[in-house]
Amino acid sequence: MSTVIATQAVAKPNPMANLDELVEQYGRVPAEHFRYCPGCGLGMAQSALMRAFQRLQIDMSQVAGAGGSGCYSIMGHYLNMGVLHGGHGRGAAMATGMKLANPHLTVVNLQGDGDSLSIGGNHTIHAARRNIDVTVVMFNNFGYGDTGGQYGATTPKGSFTETSPYGMPEEPFDACKLMIGAGATFVARSTVYHAVHLTKVLAEAIAWKGFSFVEVMQHCHVLWGKRNGMPKATDMLNYYRDNSVFSTPNLKREEQEGKFVLGVLHKQARPEFTEEYAKIRKLAAARAGGQGLSPLNTGGAV
Amino acid sequence: MTRTLLTGNAAAAWGARLAEADYVPAFPITPQTEIIELLAEWMQRGAMAGRIVMLESEHSMLTAAGAAAATGVRVFTATSSQGLLYAMEMLYTVAGWRVPLVLVNVSRGLAAPITLEPDHNDVLAVRDSGFLQFHCATCQEALDGVLLAYRLAEDARVRLPVMVNMDGFYLSFTREPVRLPEPEQVRRFLPPFDPETLYFRAGAPRSQGVAVLGGAQYSYFRYEAHLASLGALRVFEEAAAEFARLFGRSYAPLETFHTADAEFAFVMLGAFATKAKQAVLRLREAGWRIGLVRPRLLRPFPAQALVEALGGLRGIAVIDQNLSTGMGGVLCSEIGAALLRAGARPVVAGYVGGLGGRDIPVEEFFEMARETKAAAEAGRCPPTRLLYTEEELRQTRALQAIAMAE
Ligand SMILES: Cc1ncc(C[n+]2csc(CCOP(=O)(O)OP(=O)(O)O)c2C)c(N)n1
Ligand code: SF4
Ligand SMILES: [Mg+2]
Repeated sequence: MSTVIATQAVAKPNPMANLDELVEQYGRVPAEHFRYCPGCGLGMAQSALMRAFQRLQIDMSQVAGAGGSGCYSIMGHYLNMGVLHGGHGRGAAMATGMKLANPHLTVVNLQGDGDSLSIGGNHTIHAARRNIDVTVVMFNNFGYGDTGGQYGATTPKGSFTETSPYGMPEEPFDACKLMIGAGATFVARSTVYHAVHLTKVLAEAIAWKGFSFVEVMQHCHVLWGKRNGMPKATDMLNYYRDNSVFSTPNLKREEQEGKFVLGVLHKQARPEFTEEYAKIRKLAAARAGGQGLSPLNTGGAV
Repeated sequence: MTRTLLTGNAAAAWGARLAEADYVPAFPITPQTEIIELLAEWMQRGAMAGRIVMLESEHSMLTAAGAAAATGVRVFTATSSQGLLYAMEMLYTVAGWRVPLVLVNVSRGLAAPITLEPDHNDVLAVRDSGFLQFHCATCQEALDGVLLAYRLAEDARVRLPVMVNMDGFYLSFTREPVRLPEPEQVRRFLPPFDPETLYFRAGAPRSQGVAVLGGAQYSYFRYEAHLASLGALRVFEEAAAEFARLFGRSYAPLETFHTADAEFAFVMLGAFATKAKQAVLRLREAGWRIGLVRPRLLRPFPAQALVEALGGLRGIAVIDQNLSTGMGGVLCSEIGAALLRAGARPVVAGYVGGLGGRDIPVEEFFEMARETKAAAEAGRCPPTRLLYTEEELRQTRALQAIAMAE
């Protein structure tokens, strides 16, 4: 399979790389009507993503982006790539379609935690199960930002939101565990506070052959933070700083308790879907004496 | 009774509160979210006895709503646009279950392109699902509509879910004075739900929602729902009469405005009809005999009332805030069919306007009146027109040029 990623030639991260240059090359950021709230973690996440593209020296003309609906979804348009903005939660299904039809493309699927884990959870876990070579970048801001801060599948239990003014009664998902269980072959977590680390895991995820998933802890101080005693962006950055631990083989259970466990949490290669599919087609064509499958053969499915 | 300023969303939430809904499965979507946020606050604080939970999508929300209603409790839910369509599969299913829940839809145009602003393609896309449809034009109507909807849905002769529709932004976020009826009085109008024929009970094994063995049974059950829907017209009139007695506000299936002596009329759904009223008054000042007809009930379709109101006119201008691509406006087709079947032949001019929240200024109503009159004089129905100005076209083209250049 052709790949546009210069996997071997990974440049050393340069945190001092000129931001203007980075934006010029990898972004399409408007001078006016910029849509992230001031201080939103999405800007920091976007800069990490652009740096990850830069590290990999990716040809952006070969990157296809898929996205659903949320505050984050404008990011697809702020990156210098072809992007299709679809229905809320449908990103992983779109990415699957794009990749299978164009196996040579690098497909990046930006998702909100709502997209990924609530309304589109089904698509995301099935993409993971197939191990299709797409990268899901999931922005976890503890709920639904775009609709004004209601609770969702990642909202910490007991925290306050527009629809849980007296405390959220449900247990949240651990998105990374869910993806590991679903069969994702690369799973990582980072936060926007840990910008260099975030850049590194994003680059690794994009370069990974197979389904990769990165959970980006991305603060929304405007909605969740404000209702939970962290109204400033810096409050939430400090919160990530003080409540994160890096995953190590010897990390004890109690050390993880109540913390964001960061790092590459799972990496296990497995045959990739588009390649497996190509093999089956080859096999079928050989059996049919080079004629390929009969167009009438629906495999009994209706 | 108190009088207070409420948005359309808050009025609908008050409807659910006064109806003492037992259960509200919810999922956020603009412009509806304010409804479920208010209910969440009230229910968690105990101002309402019922329970609320955020489901993970509208599909699960409608499923939970239908299943809860099948156990005989009073269920309320709300959505908009993409959410309504995402729930589509379950809309047909719960209507087939004949469970009487109430769903408020706050209309918003459908993707793509994505918009947050209103038109009626969402609610009309689910027109044939079996849900009855009540369309509001004022915040008061949003509250009263929810109460009427429960009466209708829960009536043993109907037993179908009801959708109460309002326009996003224009009504959902507009504050108007609303009379809040006293809970005691509401209980008189809407006593606790008696689920008599809803059999789902723990400990009383019965299978529900089963498959049928062929077209004969399938047709029977679908047609039964159709007959129940048609019968709901009478039930609505009874309920509305009692509502008027108790609360002093009358709701006919059609709102008619200056139609008694009219030669012409505008016909449209929803909150934009208040603009048409303004145009009617101005045209009347200029000597026109023109009125407005606004269906409140769209399902069941008040065909007879429409024929009575419109059949004798010279011309009508039907303004559809929806577009059935390849056909035109949905309301125009339905009204045209009703008139034709009754042998009534006013000239029908179809307009598509207000898509994606586009305004319909009063001058456009004047123009529609002029065109309809000219068509009546010529005795020919003109082709459907989109309400769109040259200036709008110029601006859109300018944006396209920028997009192409980039
Ligand atoms: C079918 C459907 N239901 C609901 C919505 C409304 N909606 C738009 S964005 C959104 C939540 C977005 O949350 P998330 O995916 O976490 O992204 P965030 O805004 O937090 O970045 C919702 C519920 C929708 N667009 N489509
Ligand atoms: S609402 Fe929250 S997540 Fe959305 S742009 Fe603003 S800060 Fe960011
Ligand atoms: Mg979110």
